[in-house]
Amino acid sequence: MMAALMAISPLILVCLTVIVVMLSIAWRRHHALSAILTAVGLNAALLALLFGWSQGTVAVTDLLVVDDLARFGGVLVLMSTLACVTLAHHYLEGYEGPRDEFYLLLTSAAAGGLVLVSARHMATLFFGIELLSMPLFGMLAYTLRDRGALESGIKYMVLSAAATAFLLFGMALLYAMTGTLDFDALGQALATQGSDPWLLAGAGLLLVGLAFKLSIVPFHLWTPDVYQGGPGPATTFLATASKVAVFLVLLRLFQSALALHENWWHDLLGFIAVVTMLVGNLLALTQNDLKRLLGYSSIAHFGYLLVALVVNDGLAVETVGVYLVTYVITTLGAFGVVTLVSSPYTPTGGSADASPLHHYRGLFWRRPYLTAVMTVSMLSLAGIPFTAGFIGKFYIIAVGVEAHRWWLVGAVVLGSAIGLYYYLRVMVTLFLHEPGMQSRDATHDWAERAGGMVVLGVATLVILLGLYPTPMIDWVHWVAGNSAY
Amino acid sequence: MILVWLILIPFIGGLLCWQAERFGDRAPRWIALATMLLELVMVLGIWAGSDFPLPAQGATHAWVLEWQANWIPRFGIKLHLALDGLSLLMIALTGLLGAMAVVCSWNEIVRRVGFFHLNLLWILGGVVGVFLSIDLFLFFLFWEMMLVPMYFLIALWGHSGSKGSSRIGAATKFFIYTQASGLMMLIAILGLVFVHHAATGVYTFAYGDLLNTPMDPQVAWWLMLGFFVAFAVKLPVVPLHGWLPDAHAQAPTAGSVDLAGILLKTAAYGMLRFALPLFPEASQAFAPVAMTLGLIGIFYGAILACGQQDLKRLIAYTSISHMGFVLIGIYAGTELALQGVVALMVAHAFSAAGLFILSGQLYERLHTRDMRQMGGLWGRIRGLPGFALVFVAASLGLPGTANFVGEFMVMFGSFGVAPWTVAIASVGLILAAIYSLFIMQRVYYGPPKEESSLGGLDRRELALLFGIVALVIFFGVYPQPLLETSAGAMQVVQQSVQQAGAMMGGAQ
Repeated sequence: MMAALMAISPLILVCLTVIVVMLSIAWRRHHALSAILTAVGLNAALLALLFGWSQGTVAVTDLLVVDDLARFGGVLVLMSTLACVTLAHHYLEGYEGPRDEFYLLLTSAAAGGLVLVSARHMATLFFGIELLSMPLFGMLAYTLRDRGALESGIKYMVLSAAATAFLLFGMALLYAMTGTLDFDALGQALATQGSDPWLLAGAGLLLVGLAFKLSIVPFHLWTPDVYQGGPGPATTFLATASKVAVFLVLLRLFQSALALHENWWHDLLGFIAVVTMLVGNLLALTQNDLKRLLGYSSIAHFGYLLVALVVNDGLAVETVGVYLVTYVITTLGAFGVVTLVSSPYTPTGGSADASPLHHYRGLFWRRPYLTAVMTVSMLSLAGIPFTAGFIGKFYIIAVGVEAHRWWLVGAVVLGSAIGLYYYLRVMVTLFLHEPGMQSRDATHDWAERAGGMVVLGVATLVILLGLYPTPMIDWVHWVAGNSAY
Repeated sequence: MILVWLILIPFIGGLLCWQAERFGDRAPRWIALATMLLELVMVLGIWAGSDFPLPAQGATHAWVLEWQANWIPRFGIKLHLALDGLSLLMIALTGLLGAMAVVCSWNEIVRRVGFFHLNLLWILGGVVGVFLSIDLFLFFLFWEMMLVPMYFLIALWGHSGSKGSSRIGAATKFFIYTQASGLMMLIAILGLVFVHHAATGVYTFAYGDLLNTPMDPQVAWWLMLGFFVAFAVKLPVVPLHGWLPDAHAQAPTAGSVDLAGILLKTAAYGMLRFALPLFPEASQAFAPVAMTLGLIGIFYGAILACGQQDLKRLIAYTSISHMGFVLIGIYAGTELALQGVVALMVAHAFSAAGLFILSGQLYERLHTRDMRQMGGLWGRIRGLPGFALVFVAASLGLPGTANFVGEFMVMFGSFGVAPWTVAIASVGLILAAIYSLFIMQRVYYGPPKEESSLGGLDRRELALLFGIVALVIFFGVYPQPLLETSAGAMQVVQQSVQQAGAMMGGAQ
């Protein structure tokens, strides 16, 4: 009992944070206080996670099993939530409407992410996904006087609801055929009666629901609009914590319930992966809006990640882990810069996010360090050596080569080559100077603020992990080894 | 440890240049020059302080210096640097041309001087890294990394093209070509590592361990192709050369000097160091194809050079032509041909750098690179046309210049292996004479467009050009120091080729 409580203490702490922040808001509205309370609560949860690491695998009921992979996912979710808190504090500073509730939503969503990474049962999967998505509707539409934000929130809500319907229908079919909702039991049922069409339909619908959340082609249509319209910190959370949690639960499903070892299944997934990377990269080519571009680029990145799921053997779990770490820190860097440059509701900012690319023209000559962060993030997204992104790409190619999936590896190379074009375009825009351009700028004290420090720290981490990835690789290798089924 | 410093010095110097910009424009220039001279002095010190013995029969390397440290033990990746005669020559060349690139952009670059030198020095640092790494992972890292500063160099300080082609377009093309082909090499490297893992159960990226990995000929063929494509794009070999004329035409002078002088040589170095020794049998089987590609390159480059109006594009196409000889020499695989390749690489670095520097100086005076706007410059600029004549003569391979030594050795060495190829290639030399004379005729002779004098060369320019001329002629008359230094490294390559040939002969 004690061990179980210890194991889910991070979740408990995050939920407690929600309540404490809520009470503090009820008592008195104070923006900085709410942000600090949230950050303290999240840090406490992070500490609890780290202390729990020695426990090994703990089953907290059949629904939640906390193992090393869950803790790994928890660390990523909490870290990105923390980054979002600091960015949100900067972003909402001058906002006239209520500011404090954003942290409530953010923390609730983080709790959903923590549930999701340790889910072993369809009930917790559903609960986690809804707890993760519901607050996101609010967060995306938080600055509701801004048309784009409202549109983005509503779009995400409608499409999310559709995805939920798919998810539930899939679960219902699976339950009807097998009478169980437990991942492992489902996996056994699928192994014994795998060719049953209803069972396969159920699994397929389940996948469709999750693919919506991960914006895998052909369920990616919401991504660019939502990325473009949502306020910076909310989009950051959507792009990092939310996607990580959903992808980890997908990985778990692939290891237990959906571990089909049939050729057509791998071929189908491989096809989806190829289409996802190519569509994401090709559509990003013509974008003139940085946030949309990042949205398409995230589609492509999850296409690369799918390669590991297609292989689902050997280095696959390690690849997913390493790639998620590198993706999260890189994305935090990129969106962090977008958020800081946006700084709406301040004297230097406009009314909405700085999302068109021409706002960033010549940023280097005004804000060299911020531009350095953005450049590093772009290089890392493109997978250039000496950045963390290269280590991720190295793993993806390695896992493909190891499994002799040459078509997939070829598609990764093709996708990267196309991707370079738009990453380079963003990069060179930052350095081009054209006098007389109306350009956006970060506030003058950005580097002294928590948000600025986080962004600088993240960029340093990207470089450090690119230069010396051994600690990360060892950590993920160990996690992957401990959570083998 | 000195090998680590050879790599680090340009990187540190680059950062210093960037920060020194606040003390005015001159500070970054002097720091960059001092950095490259320090690099050069260190290499020359190593050169003077060590001898380069010929390797024993069957030796797989001829390292003079070696350094290694653990890096990523999970995959057996190490920071493993080593230096032999070949890499020493190439690094010395890097230091020298690096210093020249700094000097020749002294007046050309006036905006964002610090950031310019940061990029310039980081390219050179990456190149030194390529020449020193013998862990395949590390090699690949440097191979890809040096593209980024080069991209910035072309995209930010380049010239916009004559026919509406933009410098950013050229830079992007360069980057995508090389990066995509680089990923092919990454796949081949990983394939090799997994083959080695399957055979021995050990993950390693170390060059020494991966040599002699037993593998299926079919697999070896594909892996060799992966390496070859990456090197062929950079060299460039003809169907994959699309980026080169654009990149050269838009790049600033320093960028062109680095690109033609050093970056192209990394490809030849990669073939000599990795593609041939790692896959000797497959390379041997591939040699006829490679030589044919080399022949096509010689003629294609020379013929297109004759039709160019843009001076820098013309020189770029002559590079393609010269690299065709290099490719033939590499795949001929005899010791004489390989030694000739080394001499030709050094010679081409000097002559191409000289021509690019001259065209940069012409551009500073005339603000055009279009040869239709030139003509009759012999009387209008003091000194410069004379130097042009020397470099043009070197480029066409006149006896007495280093280029002659290189081309002669390559052709002599290849004749025994592929007589017809050499016979056809020697026709290419006539084309070289034609395009070289075109340069002289169109730019310096003929009726002048205006009568006004454009002034002479200042002391900086004179010293720079005299330096290169002296080197071209010195190595043309006395190439022995080059040949002695690289003999050991080339014998190792030649032995592995010879063994492969013997095995294939035995199999038949």
